[in-house]
Amino acid sequence: MNSSTSKVPFKGTPEQEAQLLQVIEDHKDEKGALMPILQKAQNIYGYLPVEVQKIISDNTGIPMEKIYGVVTFYAQFSLFPKGEYTISVCLGTACYVKGSGDIYNKLQEKLGIAGGECTADGKFSLEACRCIGACGLAPVLTVNEDVYGRLTVDDVDSILAKYAE
Amino acid sequence: MKTLEELKVVREAMEGEVALRTHDNASSKYEKHVLVCGGTGCTSSGSGQIIDALASELEKQGLTDKVQIVKTGCFGLCALGPIMIVYPEGTFYSMVNKENIARIVEEHLKGGNPVKELLYDETVNGDEIKSLDETAFYKKQHRVALRNCGVINPECIDEYIGRGGYEALGKVLTSMSQDDVIQTILDSGLRGRGGGGFPTGMKWKLAKNIVPDADMKYVCCNADEGDPGAFMDRSVLEGDPHVVLEAMTIAGYAIGAKQGYIYVRAEYPIAVERLEIAIKQAREAGMLGKDIFGTGFDFDIDLRLGAGAFVCGEETALMTSIEGNRGEPRPRPPFPAEKGLFQKPTILNNVETYANIPQIILNGAEWFSSMGTEKSKGTKVFALGGKINNTGLVEVPMGTTLREVIEEIGGGIPNGKKFKAAQTGGPSGGCIPAEHFDIPIDYDNLIGIGSMMGSGGLIVMDEDSCMIDIAKFFLEFTVDESCGKCTPCRVGTKRMYEILDKITKGQGTLEDIDKLEELCYHIKANSLCGLGQTAPNPVLSTLRYFRDEYIAHVVDKKCPAGVCKDLLQYKIIADKCKGCTACARVCPAGAIEGTVKNPHTIDTTKCLKCGACIEKCKFGAIIKE
Repeated sequence: MNSSTSKVPFKGTPEQEAQLLQVIEDHKDEKGALMPILQKAQNIYGYLPVEVQKIISDNTGIPMEKIYGVVTFYAQFSLFPKGEYTISVCLGTACYVKGSGDIYNKLQEKLGIAGGECTADGKFSLEACRCIGACGLAPVLTVNEDVYGRLTVDDVDSILAKYAE
Repeated sequence: MKTLEELKVVREAMEGEVALRTHDNASSKYEKHVLVCGGTGCTSSGSGQIIDALASELEKQGLTDKVQIVKTGCFGLCALGPIMIVYPEGTFYSMVNKENIARIVEEHLKGGNPVKELLYDETVNGDEIKSLDETAFYKKQHRVALRNCGVINPECIDEYIGRGGYEALGKVLTSMSQDDVIQTILDSGLRGRGGGGFPTGMKWKLAKNIVPDADMKYVCCNADEGDPGAFMDRSVLEGDPHVVLEAMTIAGYAIGAKQGYIYVRAEYPIAVERLEIAIKQAREAGMLGKDIFGTGFDFDIDLRLGAGAFVCGEETALMTSIEGNRGEPRPRPPFPAEKGLFQKPTILNNVETYANIPQIILNGAEWFSSMGTEKSKGTKVFALGGKINNTGLVEVPMGTTLREVIEEIGGGIPNGKKFKAAQTGGPSGGCIPAEHFDIPIDYDNLIGIGSMMGSGGLIVMDEDSCMIDIAKFFLEFTVDESCGKCTPCRVGTKRMYEILDKITKGQGTLEDIDKLEELCYHIKANSLCGLGQTAPNPVLSTLRYFRDEYIAHVVDKKCPAGVCKDLLQYKIIADKCKGCTACARVCPAGAIEGTVKNPHTIDTTKCLKCGACIEKCKFGAIIKE
């Protein structure tokens, strides 16, 4: 189970747990509520470590193995904490044809991490995503909620510099 | 609103307002409407700030009672965003930035003189200014599914009603039987816009009749637009969310369902927000909920967010996901019309399909079937992307040729490059070469030439795109997104990817090409769901039309498009090199040697093939071959 547990110790607070229990309560009578519960749990904690899955299992009666199966199936759910800033480079077709692959490589080189990883200082995590639908601005990347479009490889440094402080 | 009369009152109050934007009989309180695109594309390029700047400038100039600002959905021409359109003239400001707002307000909105140099240049012809409808991009379009996108404020139900919204629902509930509705949809010839092209009316008919005593039925909307490069569903949800709610309610009445679900991608936050607002407004207005229009019909809709799994666009996987499970497909039969969501009869249609429904009900099946080709009726929305000037969304009648879409509406290929292929249907589709440029686009023709309609992504590639690299790109996608349930897809796509990878690295053989092709047919024949069955299409279609390129990679060990790094060598042409040293300074590997004012050389054993030198060279002295 090494790959399924994070090296970072779980630091959930009682407030977070109270919020999560409220979410579970709100969805109590709903059919197929596991997905919305997991999505909200990830909003509360930032990721879905085994400890959080356990709380959900204990309070919904859904077995751990099913929860773990669902969490690992969907790209949106993460078992690991993410960086303060998540950089997503769009590798959808329109962006790829316009060179987003080179931008992704440059970011890996600059940050010294592979896609899916987080920098040692916890500042940046890097991931590839599939089409955010801003194809008119291709190639694009997002840093948390901010979208940057019509990029070239040369823009990478200035974008990183904006968040480095 | 409990009656059709009450709906009519709202319509009459709003009709004149929105008509200002469509050149019809307008009776607006305002002299001008300024429409600013609030879709994902333009929001990403800063349209939010433009709206703020505009509001404060209008305030400053005392124009707030003369000019109305409307935040709309997507106008379609995303490449020129942020976009701002001023009505009643229909003048089109492109790539607006907030520094120009004061000037536009002063000169145009106050003074009545459009600021010519800030307009989309195609609309300016000497002294004459054309409205956007007269530009090449819009002229050939015929908007049915997108009719309200870029016209109304999607967060205002009254504007939707002002454009005839919810009248189709009123008509259905008060004057049509379930069978009448289904027959109308059948007669219209509408086919599913999400990819498969199954007749929509047939789906509805099956769901109504197949289990006569079902205690519960469901209406689902597939808004999990996963094909990379396709964003029409997102634009409808962002620009006209009520049309989807209205159509789903009509579908609910037709098949006898009380509950609907919209499964929408979490990657589309603006669409999710607008849907939430629309559902709330529709409930408040009595267009969703109990006893709609006082007819005793109950229907409600809930949202479910996807979580980033491409396979969930497949109908059975989508339903499994709504049920709260891993989104794995299940074998059919039983089809969803018999046992779908929670084992109950269910219909699932895609967003664009629903967007056609109210217009078909209002204008009749004949009106719809008069558009399009023999077997593909109506219009289709395409998302133009890649190497094309006018990237964006276009809606054209079925049967329009690729040439019209790419050259006339799309404005052709940038930088004088040559067209090589158009990719349709996303990871399930194929690449269409120039020889099929004049084929009328419809479901059957595209399948005939080895591609498919898919959801309507149309990515244009020029001579700089390597077709093996593109095939590999799509296979990497399917390997990643294969759910792993069935072996042909889980293992087969991985083997295909490995062979393609080998070829792009110059290690492939002619035998590999044969093996690849054989593998394609096995995977197509034996996979459980659409994802696996169509995953080989990008490879098969490139093998069919671009076999030469495969041969060049394996026999000559060359990549004709200059993309596959392992097959390239960088060279400096001595005659052209001025010895400026720019390349030697930028080279991260120290592979370039030479002295000032003398031709430089590249040490190919050290060269990383990063291309930094080519970008720096001002004299075109460095080539890759």
